[in-house]
Amino acid sequence: MLTYTLRRLLTAVPTLIFISFVIFLLLELAPGDPLADQPLTIPAEVRERMRTAMGLDEAAHVRYWKWLVQFVWVEPQVILDRWLGTSMAEGELRILSWQFRAPVFDIIWQRIPQTLTVVGIAYVVGVMIALPIGIVSAYRQYSWFDQIGTFVSMVGFSVPTFFTGVLLIVIFSVNLGWFPSIYDTTLRVTDWPSFVRQVSQMVMPVAVLALYNAAQISRFMRSSMLDNLNQDYVRTARAKGMGETTVVLVHVLRNSLIPVVTVIALGVPTIFAGAIITEQVFKVNGLGQLLITAIQANDLPMVQTLTFVFAVLIVTFNLIADILYGILDPRIRYD
Amino acid sequence: MTELAPAPAVEAALRPPRSQWRDVWDQFRSHRGALFGLLVFGSIVMFSVVGPYLWTVDPKFIAIRSRDLGMSWAHPFGTDQLGRDIFARMMAGGRVSLAVGLTAMALSILLGTLIGVTAGFFRRLDGLLMRLTDLFLALPLLPLLLVMVMLFRESLARQFGPETGIFLLIVVAIGVTSWMQTARIVRGEVLALKEREFVLAARSIGTPPRRMILRHILPNVLSPIMVSATLGIATAIITESALSFLGLGFPPDFPTWGRLLFDGVDYLQQFPERVIWPGVYISLTVLSVNFIGDGLRDALDPRIRGR
Amino acid sequence: MRLKTALLGAVALAAFAPAAMAERGADGQVNIIYWQAPSILNPYLSGGTKDIEAASMIIEPLGRYDQDGVLQAWLAAEVPTVENGGVAADLTSITWKIRPGILWSDGTPFTSADVVFTHEYCTHPEGGCAQLSKFDGVESVEAIDDLTVKITFKAPTPVPYGPFTGGQGPVIQAAQFANCLGAAAPGCTDANFYPIGTGPFRVTDFRPNDVIQMEANPNYRDPAKPRFATVTFKGGGDAAAAGRAVLETGEFDYAWNLQLAPSVIQGMVAAGKGQAISAFGTLVERIETNMTNPSPDLPEGERSTLKHPHPFLSDPAVRKALSMAIDRELLVEVGYGQAGRPTCTIVPSPPNFASTRDDCLGQDVAGANALLDEAGWLRGADGIRAKDGVRLSILYQTSTNAVRQDFQALVKQWWSEIGVETELKNVSASVFFGGDPGSPDTFQKFYADVEMYANNFDGTDPQSYLANYRCGNEPRPETGWQGENINRFCDPAYDALLDELARTANFEERGRIARQLAEMLTVDSYTIIPLVDRGRVSAHSNSLGGVVLNTWDSELWNVADWYRVK
Repeated sequence: MLTYTLRRLLTAVPTLIFISFVIFLLLELAPGDPLADQPLTIPAEVRERMRTAMGLDEAAHVRYWKWLVQFVWVEPQVILDRWLGTSMAEGELRILSWQFRAPVFDIIWQRIPQTLTVVGIAYVVGVMIALPIGIVSAYRQYSWFDQIGTFVSMVGFSVPTFFTGVLLIVIFSVNLGWFPSIYDTTLRVTDWPSFVRQVSQMVMPVAVLALYNAAQISRFMRSSMLDNLNQDYVRTARAKGMGETTVVLVHVLRNSLIPVVTVIALGVPTIFAGAIITEQVFKVNGLGQLLITAIQANDLPMVQTLTFVFAVLIVTFNLIADILYGILDPRIRYD
Repeated sequence: MTELAPAPAVEAALRPPRSQWRDVWDQFRSHRGALFGLLVFGSIVMFSVVGPYLWTVDPKFIAIRSRDLGMSWAHPFGTDQLGRDIFARMMAGGRVSLAVGLTAMALSILLGTLIGVTAGFFRRLDGLLMRLTDLFLALPLLPLLLVMVMLFRESLARQFGPETGIFLLIVVAIGVTSWMQTARIVRGEVLALKEREFVLAARSIGTPPRRMILRHILPNVLSPIMVSATLGIATAIITESALSFLGLGFPPDFPTWGRLLFDGVDYLQQFPERVIWPGVYISLTVLSVNFIGDGLRDALDPRIRGR
Repeated sequence: MRLKTALLGAVALAAFAPAAMAERGADGQVNIIYWQAPSILNPYLSGGTKDIEAASMIIEPLGRYDQDGVLQAWLAAEVPTVENGGVAADLTSITWKIRPGILWSDGTPFTSADVVFTHEYCTHPEGGCAQLSKFDGVESVEAIDDLTVKITFKAPTPVPYGPFTGGQGPVIQAAQFANCLGAAAPGCTDANFYPIGTGPFRVTDFRPNDVIQMEANPNYRDPAKPRFATVTFKGGGDAAAAGRAVLETGEFDYAWNLQLAPSVIQGMVAAGKGQAISAFGTLVERIETNMTNPSPDLPEGERSTLKHPHPFLSDPAVRKALSMAIDRELLVEVGYGQAGRPTCTIVPSPPNFASTRDDCLGQDVAGANALLDEAGWLRGADGIRAKDGVRLSILYQTSTNAVRQDFQALVKQWWSEIGVETELKNVSASVFFGGDPGSPDTFQKFYADVEMYANNFDGTDPQSYLANYRCGNEPRPETGWQGENINRFCDPAYDALLDELARTANFEERGRIARQLAEMLTVDSYTIIPLVDRGRVSAHSNSLGGVVLNTWDSELWNVADWYRVK
């Protein structure tokens, strides 16, 4: 397992560089112009000069190389500088966003707190709900609990968040006035009242996202449990006189987790990608909103950096999932 | 059951041998949820396919003076902000949404299963295919779709006509960008299955890989595939609406359920039925497909069948 | 008698209490929401409306346009004119006198050196300044003394008010931006996010594309203003959510540009928490017809170029019929409500330049049919008109936007009534308005027969706007598909009249020529089919007073005068 992990980590480097190159090519090829949102009253020559100032007149491969150097060399130095108080990166050109003319990573750091609190908590809540629901609905297949669970999770998954979000706002903000419809990203939790405000502004986005996540994960959990409940080893375990709890929660659960672990692991990077629509609906303005506005504004350095960070997380979590398979089912061997 | 066994057993022995598919159907029939799902799904399909022949109002016809009407006999679901009949638009939208949802889901499941099984079964291909999966997971969806539309829209429209061309483009776009999760899940399951006794046994008697996959591996990864398929339909219908909202999908006056839902959200407070109908139809479709999937899975599982 | 006077005085004092007792910061906090979030506070690096308007609370120009489009002295003591000697008689220079005693928010005095520096900053050859065209034709900007600036033009300029006026021309502080010239401009994140200004507020926290927090500027020139101590300026989301936050939940006080269906806005206003306000400017939604052939059968590089005239839109009768079939009143009713007016011109305002001809307004389907019959376009078996094998089949494109898609559907139906077949296409706005020469879907490339969008002009003089339609200014492969003559309109008489406009200084005479030019494009030829004069709808809560909606300048132009209604 250790050699496998090491080998995977080593191959991850060329993989990621290749991925970054493909992302760059894709963004180059995609139609669009960073000046599209500028008013039509700005004449063509001025636009040309604005493009030049952004560095768009350089050849594509030069821009890719510059970005790569900035990402793997300059930006880590900036982080080290911040931790150690050194000044290694002084005078080096960082990755600058075209929209903000500011370092991309400064904005990303600014956005991480709200994304992690809202999307992250929603994910944890979703998983916490989904696993028990999946287990119980499988164990009591076709009971009323299972039927309701199926119904709620299917509706939860098939009705998009742009609808459920607005619906919650209309009910709880407009009609009842319980929760704010607009998330305040500047709120600092310092005391009890500010904590209450933070919780009340998080309730709706977390609920919407958690429902969506839980719907998906609980379906996979249920079906995987069903597959395993009929296996011979379950009958054997019961025949040996093991308690029902042990049979279900130790033997069956462990063997059922493989597809669920995949779904959960694939979901973790999406926490960092943010929830684009939900963030828009509730004005959480996290990483998801950052990415979508950057795409709409054709802010290529921002899109490239964000998607690449995302790629790093995906590769990492897929590796983690693969290692978890080995732990859950010792028969799986990669070497 | 055991006490009653002798008599039916004799009868069974006298009857001609039954085909496997007949068994599957019998088991499926005994699944109430599945039958119900089939019924609902069938009526939704009928609504969209046969409906327009019975309800001959043109879904694109604008009767501007009768806009924003509530439900009535003339307009069972009311009219929209341009006076178009929502009932007719739901039918027309259903054709597109169902076709896109089912085809895109099928494509995505096919790709996902193919890649997942291949990666899980053949160790040599695993690394390559999983890195490919990583790559696709990492690609930003929106620019990818923009590029696909830019490169292929005109040539496809010229080859197959504007509507079929865009249909193909959308189905391929959704299919190609949504197979990764299925692939990862299937691969994980295959990795575990591969070490199970029955697979080892099959291998020890020299079963060739193709037969091994088709007879032993695939039937055992069916349930996660079924779940992916049901969830995939919902995703495809919604993604289609996002695409047409972004101007990448069907022409703007072409109704689809996702688009009707999206357009209706602004009118949520004044005309809630405008969101409720498409929402209900999408949910019903997904729910019924889910129940059908449940029934099929049970019916195809020999351990459950016959119980 | 004495007592009576005193009492009267007391009554008067009570009546004017809010004004008399006004004190800076007395009204606490105000919340503003823009559904497009500001990404930078330097209008010279971004021309986006959201950025310009957010910045207008902090940095100010010498002169601002008021709600009627009249130039008002802002940081200047008075508006220079030929009469008061501020503008040279030969129209080659303008001299601004700065109002004395103005301080920057850091306490240093505002001088003419800052104005000179602003010019230098924007015109730096490596800068990529978004407002460069504001300084078109400027020879030099020099400081006569600390409070006097003289701008000299290369040629006589009838309207010399381009530089340093309006939201696009604020003065930035020389001391803060001294090291940010040219290529260094984008690197000055602190200056671009936290500009020092003379305006009523200063930034305390700027989060790009999210939220700006501001506080009252302690050095603002009027000690009683601004009335609000702090501002939260939130961005992001969509117009419906912004409207809801002001009109239904009351969380915010002011929402910008509610591009929503009229019935949706009415429903929100009915909640009784606020009101929608509207004002009109020069923005006109129009259908542009393509004078050249966009057919995909032509080789790449020849599509939509002057090499191939359009097979049927080059016939004026067809264009006129297309316009006659449209019911503009209904378009306004469906799409814009109080924020729209039917129009027949592309210069709907100011009155001096606006054509009064309205012969396009009534919908006349029968007349359009007759016109086409007369011109020899006859209906075929499928109901579509054709002549010499050319069918009236139109590809109609626009950007993705709910109202535009409704318009497309309506227009398609009207055109079908006159035997014209229409295929609709919508393109994501970021692609459509992006000038990417590699994309076939940009509005400049115009690979369609007609396209719909809105355009306007800066300030109050339409000369450069009308000059867009000069022959030779059309987007074409040689210019990388850049250019503003979208229709590929080409008329020597039009160009001659444009030259005349550029030579004319007399205000009335300029108006006459501009009206004639606009009519040549619209009601005379229907090269451009104007649809709706689009106003701006914004909303404010009932408790926010002093709002005056302005489409000629930033909407937040008078934010210093806003107050809380008690």
